[in-house]
Amino acid sequence: MKGSQVTVKGVEKYFGGFHALKNVSLGINKGEFYSLLGPSGCGKTTLLRIIAGFEDPSAGAVFLDDRDVIPIAANKRPVNTVFQTYALFPHLSVFENVAFPLRLKKLPNAAVKEKVGEFLELVKLPKEGGKLPSQLSGGQKQRVAIARALINEPSVLLLDEPLSALDAKLRQHMLIELDAIHDKIGITFIYVTHDQQEALSVSDRVAVMNEGEVVQVGTPSEIYESPSCPFVAHFIGETNYLGGEVAEVLDGKHARVDFPGIGALYVYQDKPLSVGDGVKVTVRPEKIRISSDKPEGQAGRMNVLEGTVDELIYSGFQSKFFVRVSASATFRIFRQHVKYFMDEKAINWKDKVYIWWNDNDGYVVEAEKNP
Amino acid sequence: MKKNLGPAYVAPITVWLCVFFVIPISIIVYYSFLTKGFNGGVVHKFSLDAFRALYNPTIFKITFNTFWVACVSTAVMVALAVPAAYYMARSRHKNFFMLLVIIPFWTNFLIRIYAWMAVLGNNGVVNHALLSMGLIDRHIQFLYNTNAVILVAVYTYLPFAILPLYSTIEKFDFSLVEAARDLGATKLAATLRVLVPNIRGGITTAVLFTFIPAFGNYAIPQIIGGSSSYMLGNVIARELTVTRNWPLASSISLVITALTTLGVLIFMRFNRSASEEARERAQDNAPMSAMPQVSAQSTGTGASE
Repeated sequence: MKGSQVTVKGVEKYFGGFHALKNVSLGINKGEFYSLLGPSGCGKTTLLRIIAGFEDPSAGAVFLDDRDVIPIAANKRPVNTVFQTYALFPHLSVFENVAFPLRLKKLPNAAVKEKVGEFLELVKLPKEGGKLPSQLSGGQKQRVAIARALINEPSVLLLDEPLSALDAKLRQHMLIELDAIHDKIGITFIYVTHDQQEALSVSDRVAVMNEGEVVQVGTPSEIYESPSCPFVAHFIGETNYLGGEVAEVLDGKHARVDFPGIGALYVYQDKPLSVGDGVKVTVRPEKIRISSDKPEGQAGRMNVLEGTVDELIYSGFQSKFFVRVSASATFRIFRQHVKYFMDEKAINWKDKVYIWWNDNDGYVVEAEKNP
Repeated sequence: MKKNLGPAYVAPITVWLCVFFVIPISIIVYYSFLTKGFNGGVVHKFSLDAFRALYNPTIFKITFNTFWVACVSTAVMVALAVPAAYYMARSRHKNFFMLLVIIPFWTNFLIRIYAWMAVLGNNGVVNHALLSMGLIDRHIQFLYNTNAVILVAVYTYLPFAILPLYSTIEKFDFSLVEAARDLGATKLAATLRVLVPNIRGGITTAVLFTFIPAFGNYAIPQIIGGSSSYMLGNVIARELTVTRNWPLASSISLVITALTTLGVLIFMRFNRSASEEARERAQDNAPMSAMPQVSAQSTGTGASE
C-alpha cells in the first residue's frame, strides 16, 4: 500500500463485546473517489469516524500521507467530514457556518468574505448566506455542509451517507454535483453509503464491507461483474444465483455446469475448477434475453432455456419478468424497453417464452472442491 | 361550530392567580401607601413615609448586599450546573443522577440549613475534625458571614439550575460538537462557540430559577448569616415583626419585586436580542430559494435484492 494517500492498516475496533471492525486494511489513492459500501452495521461509519479522529481503533493504524494520524486529535487532522445529519450550527447563518473554520483561525474579515463567497459559489448557493439553516431545504443544507467541510482545503473529504436524507430524484442530482465538485477540486473523497447505486455511479473504487470486514475492493464494474463472494453478488444489484456441479471444464475460462432442475449451462470462470466441484453462479437479470420465438443462428456457446412467464412487472423504462423454467427454478429477467409497441409488449403473463444468454454472462462466484 | 370554551379552561388558574397573587400584591401596594400604626398594623391614611424611609444608606447597603449575594450565587450555580447537567445528559445512568439531584427535596428546607450549622459551626464536624488532627489551634469561624450565605444558597438552589439545563442539554445534538472539532475547533472553542449558544434557553431558565429565589432569600441569611450579611428579606421580617412598621415592610417588598422584575426583563431582552438579531438579519437578505423545487417522485431505479 505504498504510495497511497490514506492507508488503513489492520484496524480493529471493539465496542464492549461487539467486534465492529475486523482487521481492516485499505489503501486509498490521492484524488480518488473511494466508497465504503455495506449494509447498516457493517462498520463503514466506524471506519470513517476512525479516519476523522472521532474514535480510536482498538488496534491497527491509519496513515495520511505516510504520517500516523491516530495520535493526532480530530481538530488537527487534515480531513473534514460531511455529516449524515448535516450538523449545521443552528444558531449561525449559512455564511457563518461556512466561515466557522476561518473564524477559528482568526482570518481577517475581508479574506473570510471572499473565501466563503467562493465556496458558496462552488455549491451553487451564492445568495443564501444570510439565511439560517432552518430556512433551507434538505438539498441546500447538504450543500452548505459540503462548502463548510471544503473551506479548510482538507487533503481528504469524508462523506458519511451525505445523501440519505434526500428524496430519490434530488439524490441523483446531488450525486452528479458531488462528482463535479470532486473533479473540480481534485482531492480524495471517502464516501460512506449503504446505497449500491450511489456507490457504483460515482466511485473510482468501492470497498464492500460486511460484518466488520472488507469483502471486496474493486472498480464498480469489477464488483458488479465479478463479485468475490455470495454476499457481494447479492448486495450489489439483483441477480439470479444458482448452485450446480461442474460437468466439464472447457478452455480454462469456461465450464459446463449441471444445475439441478435446470440442466447444463455454460458459464465463465476464472478459478481453478475440476469436474465434480460444487459451484455458485450468478447471472445478472439484464444480461438474459427473452423472446417468444426460439433464438436461432446465435454464435458461440449460448444458454437457451424454455419457460413460462410467472410474473411481469412493468415499470416504464423496463419490465421485469419472472420466468419459471422448472418446478424449482425461476429466473428474473430485466428488459429495457426500446421499441415497446413493436416488440416487447408481445410477451404477456403466462406466455411460453425462451430465455437465453451468452456463456460469458454467467460468473462463478464460489467453488467448492469435490473431495 | 364548537363553542369557544377558552375562558372556561383558564378559569381555575385565573381564580387561583387572583386569590393568591393579584390580591396579595394589591394589598402590599395598598399598605405601602398607608401610615404606620402606633402599635403595629396600619392607619388607613395616605402617606409616602414608607417610600421616604427607603432613601437611607442602610437600605442601600442591604439592597446592594442582596443583589451581590444573589448575583454571585447565581453565577456559581450556573457554572456548576452546566458541567453537571452535561455529564448527566451524556451518562448512561441518567435516571440515577436525576434521583440524586432530587433526593435533597425529600428533606425539609430548614432542616437542611440547620444541617449546615452542624457541619460548619464552631463545634461542627469540620472544625472538630481539623482540631483533632491538629491542623488548627482554635476553631475557624465559617458561619455568620456572606460567604456562608452564598455557599448554602448555592447548595439549596442548585437543583433549580441543573434541571432546566439538563433537559436542554439532553436535546442538544452532540454531532454539532463533533462537527466543530472536525472543522478545527479545540474542545474549549467547540464548547463556547457551539454548545453554549445552543443551550442558551436552558441557561436563561437556570439563571431565572436561581436568581429570583436567591434575591428574595430570607431563611438562609437569618440562620446562617450574620449582621454583615443581612438581606432585604430579613429587613422585611424585622419591620413586620420587631419594629412593626408594616408600610415600610410593604415598600421594601415592592422594591424586591421591582428589582427582580427589572432584572428579569433586562436579562430576557438581552438574551432575545442576540438570537433574534440573527433571525432578522437572515430574513432581510433572504431572496426566494434559488433551488428549483424537486418533486418527491421515486424513479424506482434503486433496485436491490
